[in-house]
Amino acid sequence: MENGALIRTKDLVKIYPMGRQSITALADINLSFRRGEFAGLVGPSGSGKTTLLNILGSLDAPTSGSAEVLGEKVETLSHVKAAALRNRHIGFIFQTFNLLPVYTVYENVEFPLLLLRQAPAARRKAVLDALAWVGLSDRAKSRPNQLSGGQCQRVAIARAVVKKPELVLADEPTANLDAENSHHILQTMEDLNRDLGTTFLFSTHDDKVIRHLRRKITLVDGRVARDEVLARA
Amino acid sequence: MILPKLAFRNMLGAGAKTWLNAVVLSLSFVAIIWTQGLYNGMDAEVSRVMIDAEYGGGQFWVDSYDPYDPFTIPDAHAPVPDVLQAAIDTGRATPFLLVPGTIYPNGRIRSVLLKGIDPGQSLLSIPAGVLKQADNKIPGLIGSRMAKTAGLQKGDAVTVRWRDARGTFDAKDVTIVEIMTTLAQSIDEGQIWLPLETLREMAVMNGQATIVVTAKGFEQAAAVPGWSFQSLDILLKDIKDIVRGKTIGASILYTILLFLAMLAIFNTQLLSIWRRRKEIGTMMALGFPRGKVIRLFTLEGALTGVLAALIGAVYGIPLLIYSAGRGLGLGANPGDSFGMAISERLYPTYSAGLVVGTTVLVFVVTTIVSFLPTRKIAKLQPSEALRGKLR
Repeated sequence: MENGALIRTKDLVKIYPMGRQSITALADINLSFRRGEFAGLVGPSGSGKTTLLNILGSLDAPTSGSAEVLGEKVETLSHVKAAALRNRHIGFIFQTFNLLPVYTVYENVEFPLLLLRQAPAARRKAVLDALAWVGLSDRAKSRPNQLSGGQCQRVAIARAVVKKPELVLADEPTANLDAENSHHILQTMEDLNRDLGTTFLFSTHDDKVIRHLRRKITLVDGRVARDEVLARA
Repeated sequence: MILPKLAFRNMLGAGAKTWLNAVVLSLSFVAIIWTQGLYNGMDAEVSRVMIDAEYGGGQFWVDSYDPYDPFTIPDAHAPVPDVLQAAIDTGRATPFLLVPGTIYPNGRIRSVLLKGIDPGQSLLSIPAGVLKQADNKIPGLIGSRMAKTAGLQKGDAVTVRWRDARGTFDAKDVTIVEIMTTLAQSIDEGQIWLPLETLREMAVMNGQATIVVTAKGFEQAAAVPGWSFQSLDILLKDIKDIVRGKTIGASILYTILLFLAMLAIFNTQLLSIWRRRKEIGTMMALGFPRGKVIRLFTLEGALTGVLAALIGAVYGIPLLIYSAGRGLGLGANPGDSFGMAISERLYPTYSAGLVVGTTVLVFVVTTIVSFLPTRKIAKLQPSEALRGKLR
């Protein structure tokens, strides 16, 4: 692995069987990401952005090739080890927020820490800090159905970063948000990237997100069409 | 401890569905305990009545005696062995002598069993004391059922005919001195109780008996030659079989109730997994292994069983206590229709074993039913779950 690389893929291929036929979602993906990057996978729908994000997040396994994330080869991980990798090192932000509906904001953010078996006092401090980062300290007792879309996404960000992961994977995080909320969300993520050194990897086709990226990887039909550095930290 | 905590939150978060399932399940819970309590009460009462009236602490039978074969009875008598006589002399046993006979009440003929009993016995609840008569008449004691079917009343004289040990037929008049009311049909219908010594003389069977009833707690270590000991387990077997037969009938009712409750839980689990597949994907993305998700959903269902037990306790405990205290009316002479020694009011008996056993049964069944739909999760990829797919 390249020095300082957090993620590296080699000849990564993902094929989905569809009856007698098959669809190649990813083909020969060779990428590398360093710690602290603020990068995005861009491209039209069906270009393989989410598939690549899922594989890098150990939510799915490649058909062939290799994806090394934080020193672990995703293709050889058992589902228990993959779950442990996600729990300890990776935060996820989803397009549809995916908050757990019966839990309060506080409990949603606390959830990953419960799995990490953190002490109650440390857990409480981490949750309150995370809610303060995203400006939702006053909504800790609210339930997701009492929040706006922007607030829900901010809760999702707090949940993703509460355990201070090395990597945050965000799948179309602003797709369901208006311009103002999108701006606030991205600003929050940039702050976290700068303050905590967390690596952010987006999948997006939203120009508002693209404007904040420092590296843009364009996928077309499951292949890397361009890999551009837009700005240096 | 994270899983119970999350399961509890999720269960309560499901709202009305959880409460509905728990209430339906609690109905099964209470119904099972209540009906089982009724049959336990029936079993206990029948056993008590039969022990008090006839069985004592068990019986010694002459080897040739078979209560299911009337042809054995004429020859089923033998001298009381010394070891049993010693028990009789010390009040730890009392003998019965059985002689087949015929009575002629109101111009009719009827087969009866003449039963000799010691008028001084206090071991059984049979009011044998009424057979102590000073005059020359032969006193007879019959039950109310026998009185009704034979058309006999207190003070009536009825001709009794029997065959003695030598094979000679003889006949005498017996005066009905008392009509006893007893729950135990087996000491009533078709029987006339006579003083033991009188019957021994009538049948030329001096010092003999057919049955020796022992006191409760009687222990006879060594076997008695020519006699076999019938423990309470043996004597009560038929009654317990009848009660068990009735319990099986009742169990169909609560099996249906339990099945309906389980169907509701199964359906809820299935729908819950389908509806919450994205949530499952999210949990997996946050680091929950599949096994833990399965355990979480199973526990959620199982907790419904716990909630049902709590709900059942709220209304069931007062109901069961009331029912145990007040009993259940069974109408007039229920024993005659049930074929058992049951009084007009049946008092259910609830044991700790019954409550704990039912709780464990319901909890185990609920857990299994909750687990079955979760097997789908075992095949689920997190990415598929996040996309809302469920194979």
